[in-house]
Amino acid sequence: MSPFLLVLIKVVVALAWFMILTLYLTWAERKESALMQDRVGANRASIFGLRFFGLFQPIADAIKMFFKEDFVPPFANRFLHTLAPFLSFFFVAVNVAAVPFGPTLAAAGRPLVLQILDIDAGLIFVLALLSLGIYGVLLSGWASNNRFTLLGSVRGAAQLISYEAALALSLVGLILVFPSLRLSDIVAYQGGTLLGFLPRWGVFLQPLGFVVFFIAVFAETKRVPFDLPEGESEIIGFFAEYGGLKWGLFMFTDFMEILIVSCLVSTLFFGGWQVPWLGDAGVHFPWGADWHWPAWLIAAARILAFQIKVFFFCWLQILIRWTYPRLRYDRLMELGWKILIPLSLLNIVGTAVLVSL
Amino acid sequence: MIQALGILGALIRGVWITARHFLVNLFFHTLQLFGIKTKRKGAVTIQYPEKKKELAARHRSLHRLLKREDGKPRCVACMLCVTVCPSECIVVEAAEDPDPEVQKTAARFDIDLTRCCFCGFCVEACPEDAIRMDTGVIDISALSRADLQYGLDKLLK
Ligand code: SF4
Ligand code: SF4
Repeated sequence: MSPFLLVLIKVVVALAWFMILTLYLTWAERKESALMQDRVGANRASIFGLRFFGLFQPIADAIKMFFKEDFVPPFANRFLHTLAPFLSFFFVAVNVAAVPFGPTLAAAGRPLVLQILDIDAGLIFVLALLSLGIYGVLLSGWASNNRFTLLGSVRGAAQLISYEAALALSLVGLILVFPSLRLSDIVAYQGGTLLGFLPRWGVFLQPLGFVVFFIAVFAETKRVPFDLPEGESEIIGFFAEYGGLKWGLFMFTDFMEILIVSCLVSTLFFGGWQVPWLGDAGVHFPWGADWHWPAWLIAAARILAFQIKVFFFCWLQILIRWTYPRLRYDRLMELGWKILIPLSLLNIVGTAVLVSL
Repeated sequence: MIQALGILGALIRGVWITARHFLVNLFFHTLQLFGIKTKRKGAVTIQYPEKKKELAARHRSLHRLLKREDGKPRCVACMLCVTVCPSECIVVEAAEDPDPEVQKTAARFDIDLTRCCFCGFCVEACPEDAIRMDTGVIDISALSRADLQYGLDKLLK
């Protein structure tokens, strides 16, 4: 098979998988928030009377959005107004390319990398794309030519830029600890154990870095404790002038961002596809016992482990989103500039000292 | 520092509470899925059209007009309900009643349910106990406005 075709297949499969997951993340969000609030959640959408816990709801929503009017306000900049949702979706969706889904498989004698693009600066690539997402926010608010959306997007830009700094700085410690910026190398490095029993995951090497990174990246997703750009309940946000499919695209981007963030957190801090104590030959228990597994089982367990980690972090993000109220604007800035950035600097200094010892 | 730790503790407690709700409810939902009956349900939701909540005795539902023993409406067209109605949605036209004891009766009695706010003042005002809101009908909906104009025929049922 030509390498080009292989990449094409990988792109299609990975994107399709992420699309499906994103679609059902909206379902998961509804159901999880309902369970947290002692409700039932969407359960009415049915096909031939089959309801399946509302699993058809995302499809019904998509159809609904499809048939809504595609309205561009007469005072808006038509081109940019249309471009903005696609731009923000693009910058999030491209991140899929850098996600290492699993270990390198040996398929038909040749190595099969379960990653679309194994760039040697993968970490920087992801960070750059995450910060480019700001263009969607700014353009949509500005092109709508409406004061409220403009204010929303300016708020959003300020928030995203503030947390960008903490986000990048919190990863410097990780770069000091891990020998590479290549995401597959980072995952491979997290395979061993610390002190004989702890899996050598980023979270145990960089606990402070993890906390700062998680908060900052949560702010990047623009979800509730940090939802100043949107503020759907009272302060109007940047996509107030959108409707139908374009609005749907913004929502889809938001949910995909959750997924990407989960992938990033599990790749960088929770060992990616590594299963604790599972080496290339089988499970090696901390008390010295060995349990041999066949190669296919190890590969399957690793691919599954990555998905489970991603699901867990999606769950956690939804949980957090439905627990906390929104931060006030000055508190948000305070948290970003006065708490997270000093903490990440402290983390860098501490890590540097420990690494050089 | 101590304050920051306190805030962190409160944040963790918050997530713990919501996560506990999630897990406990999930547990009971799963039990029910496998047909195990438990006293506690996973959700407090009443799935409305299939299951209905019992209405309170004083619940104000769709209006009805009461009849005398001879089948004629009790209403004497005194216009008290028309006067008291805050939504001004009752229209009554009086007519002469052959019975000299009664003197007046309603030739037309219309309630515009699109405007009624179900305050129940008409029931309170009526000296003849001719109008009540105790039918228990709460799914009052129609596809056109005209269907929500309730006249004598519908109200006397
Ligand atoms: S319930 Fe209130 S609003 Fe409705 S008809 Fe009676 S008085 Fe008018
Ligand atoms: S108050 Fe009673 S009697 Fe008087 S018009 Fe209204 S329904 Fe008839």
